[in-house]
Amino acid sequence: MSNENKNQFRPDDHDNDHFLLTTVVGSYPKPKWLNRAKELYEDPDHGFDDGDYDEAKDDAARLITQEHERAGLDVVVDGEMRRNEMVEFFAHRIEGYEFNGPVKVWGHNYFDKPSVVSEVEYDENWLVDEYKFTASATDRPVKVPITGPYTLASWSFNEAYEDDAELAYALADLVNEEIEKLVDAGARYIQIDEPALATTPDDHAIVGEALEHIVEDIPEDVRIGLHVCYGDYSRIYPEILEFPVDEFDLELANGDYDQLDVFKDPEFTKDLALGVTDVHVGEAESVEQIEQNILKGLEIVPPEQLVLSPDCGVKLLPREVAYGKMANMVEAARNVEEKLDAGEIDVERGAPAPADD
Amino acid sequence: MTEYVSTTPGLFPLPDWAKDDLSDLKGHQKHDLISGEEGGEIATAYQDAREEVLEGQQEAGLDRIVEGQLRWDDMLAHPLAVHDAVETEGIVRYYDNNNFYRDPVVSGDLDFSGDVADELEAASELVDGDDLQAVLPGPYSLADLATDDHYGDDAEFLGAVADFLAGEVDAFPDHETLFLLEPSLVESAPEDGQDERASEAIDQVASATDADVVVQPYWGALEEKVYAHLLDADIDAVGFDFVANQDDNIYNIQEYGATDDVSLGLADGQSTLVEDAEAIRERVQWVEDQLQVTDFETVYLTTNTETFYLPYAKYEEKLAVLAEAADLAEVKAL
Repeated sequence: MSNENKNQFRPDDHDNDHFLLTTVVGSYPKPKWLNRAKELYEDPDHGFDDGDYDEAKDDAARLITQEHERAGLDVVVDGEMRRNEMVEFFAHRIEGYEFNGPVKVWGHNYFDKPSVVSEVEYDENWLVDEYKFTASATDRPVKVPITGPYTLASWSFNEAYEDDAELAYALADLVNEEIEKLVDAGARYIQIDEPALATTPDDHAIVGEALEHIVEDIPEDVRIGLHVCYGDYSRIYPEILEFPVDEFDLELANGDYDQLDVFKDPEFTKDLALGVTDVHVGEAESVEQIEQNILKGLEIVPPEQLVLSPDCGVKLLPREVAYGKMANMVEAARNVEEKLDAGEIDVERGAPAPADD
Repeated sequence: MTEYVSTTPGLFPLPDWAKDDLSDLKGHQKHDLISGEEGGEIATAYQDAREEVLEGQQEAGLDRIVEGQLRWDDMLAHPLAVHDAVETEGIVRYYDNNNFYRDPVVSGDLDFSGDVADELEAASELVDGDDLQAVLPGPYSLADLATDDHYGDDAEFLGAVADFLAGEVDAFPDHETLFLLEPSLVESAPEDGQDERASEAIDQVASATDADVVVQPYWGALEEKVYAHLLDADIDAVGFDFVANQDDNIYNIQEYGATDDVSLGLADGQSTLVEDAEAIRERVQWVEDQLQVTDFETVYLTTNTETFYLPYAKYEEKLAVLAEAADLAEVKAL
């Protein structure tokens, strides 16, 4: 079975008949020197100016894009080197937001959760320059992760709109504007990050409507993915299959695939980007372990619909561990492809057997 | 005459300096979360932060002072997450928020821990016993947030969690009030039979202290039967989240009555929009006007939820507003 939308990202020199596209969700640990450069930039007593800091971010983006290449990923990202956090980064570029200080997400991981205090408006471009730079730094296809409107709404303090749905629809207009610009600039793989969907599953219709608006007028050959993580997926499946996207990127390694059966019935009709390494474990899983995890994905979809990535962004890991997870993932993917080519893999796919009464 | 008492359900945000310091000292992964055996610089950072939030509450003029629960990396699941008979596994969402905790999997007998008592002891050295308020998850919520891999039966597990919490309360230093936080009574409402057991479990924990016990559900209103059963527990006050749901909470009180004391969640613990003290006082008046009953003995004025969701500066503003609103209500009642 062919899958043209996915196969457009298949490398010309791909050796195996089967193709399990390997990529990342987005974020990657920043080089320590970039954090140091940021401190210098924020120090008013130091002469490290806008130009110096921009140069440092360019260097980091080029470096991490090439690190993704070295790991062997089929589709690369710049590791979100210019972004501090998935909501903050965008909120800084949207009129109507203000900031009041960091709030907890989990453990000692925080973000500067913004407050929407007036009507949101598109101000400056968000990601077009980033995309153009990354695309110029590599010969590989580049994926563009962009935070979705529902998450931008849910993970802000809403002081201006009647409810989060109204705010999400207003933000969807802005996301749509940005994606159109990205497509005009040549982007062919857009990943909309909506982790908030898992927090408020009753709102899947709001997310669906926002997505309809976002992809309006986007050419069909542009691959649209949706990343969702950390929730009870049985509360959003199968409804999400109605969303106008090509691929769902899901976190399942963290829970040791205990939610796998959710996606077996009814049939998973989209492409599945499966999390095959746990980003909250500070060591790289072995190639053999990741191969076992990949087989879990084949219980849901055939190889033609399977994409491989870490559970989520890897930015909180030590850099060498992040690299190890990616490199092992790629090696595991190629091994599984070879075994599929050789007919050595026989995974039963589909609905789980009913539980005994 | 009604006494108006300004307080909070605890679980405060860390001061920003402590966020930075503890990030550096502890790390960012699930294995870096609190173990209950921390010492050295980490323990010192928590002690400094504890002193800061205690002083902050005293300066704001709150009537009840909580320890702040700054070590509770796993929020309400904390007492189990640091327990020897519990394995912490994958990170899972904390209710329907953008917050996560380690799934506490109970793998042995839940015997005495003393972790929370130690925190309260540290706070009691800096706070007058008449002002000190203890905070714990209610047994239903704590059981709901955990995974049982040992007891094998929901009722037995809930009873074991209640036993465990009662044992912890028994070790507490003198305190004036105990807030038992029970969001799961709303978010994951107990079914027939479970609702009665939930009430009995709460009763069991409440019986372990001579202090006034407030059971604070939030993120909506209790289902009618759950509320009716909760009134059977030997507690002093039920809390009502009037930010999330006014109508059903008022209905419950009108239909089933209330405890002699009540706790009113009137300031939004999850919004940076800071309420006006006068507006909160008017909301208290509005609730009292709806009821046409004799005066409550005590009305606790609080945020509807924990406040760790807020930026630190906004949290401080909310505390000040609550203290001022209670003073305003007190003056009006005179």
